[in-house]
Amino acid sequence: MMGSGGLVVMDESTCMVDLAKIHEFITSESGGKCIPCREGTSASPRSVTITKSYREEENEVASLMRFQGMLYLERLADVIKDTSLCGLGQTAENPVISTWKLFRDGYEAHLYDRTCPSKACRQMLTYTIDEEKCTGCTLCALRCPVDAISGNRKEPHYIDQDKCTHCGQCELNCRFDAIIAEIIINKRTI
Amino acid sequence: MGNPGETILQVAQWREGIKIPTLCYMSELSPTGACRICVVEISGGQLVPSCAFPVHEGMDVQTNSKKVRRSRKSIIELLIANHPKDCLICVRNGNCNLQDLAEEYGVRSYRYVGEKRSGKLDLASPAVERDPEKCILCGRCVRMCHEGGERRGH
Repeated sequence: MMGSGGLVVMDESTCMVDLAKIHEFITSESGGKCIPCREGTSASPRSVTITKSYREEENEVASLMRFQGMLYLERLADVIKDTSLCGLGQTAENPVISTWKLFRDGYEAHLYDRTCPSKACRQMLTYTIDEEKCTGCTLCALRCPVDAISGNRKEPHYIDQDKCTHCGQCELNCRFDAIIAEIIINKRTI
Repeated sequence: MGNPGETILQVAQWREGIKIPTLCYMSELSPTGACRICVVEISGGQLVPSCAFPVHEGMDVQTNSKKVRRSRKSIIELLIANHPKDCLICVRNGNCNLQDLAEEYGVRSYRYVGEKRSGKLDLASPAVERDPEKCILCGRCVRMCHEGGERRGH
């Protein structure tokens, strides 16, 4: 359930962890009178942000820290719901509580595998160019903000993975569907 | 037990001798229920602020249940999350409600990270100094100025 009584319909291309970030809106709406709502709603997006961070320097400790962050978030959500003064705070954490309860597999994919099943978290995707489809129009290279794409005109282009910031501009601008966005775990493609 | 119109906190603290921690409550002033430290569990597992909730006949109140302690600790942790960490050299060191509560509820780590408030020391009044970074926005000073004191400005 979202908010105080709203119902939102979504398909599988929406990331459930993204929904937990919806209370950034609540943070700006909070009246600031009672402490759980004022401090709690601004402290809680941090755990979610860590969960969705870039896939770098992966190890078991980092994964456990992310899980611990989510447990803190769950506890905080309960406290904000129980102790807030008005209806805004009491319903602010509903997105977190309900997605954590009903879409636990989505969270676990983010926490341990560092993947996003809905492919909505661009920072977890790896972008490559399909050599057969690429016509060498150079549009992607022009639009790339970090100059990570190189290649000659009318020849297939390549993406330098070290430079790539996962912004997704190349995929948006390619007219030939030549950009492949996929999730790679230990060099195994999903 | 309590007379009509009395709050849980008044009955517990002043008549029964049961300690309930508070931050924004002052006995002379009207309650605001802003700090939520004084929450108690009533029948049905509901948490209510004892400083503002009236007592009634046959009421079942738990002032130190697991849920209550967990909520209080989380609220203290949230306050400390964006509080300056200079307790040792603070002018209120040893005379600080927040410090006492943090010790009483066993806060031993910075579990949450909040956004720091920034602002200059407010020296506008000759009598009161206010540090916006340390202020927890309990509203005591505002209420005291409005409701109490003989030398009211308006």
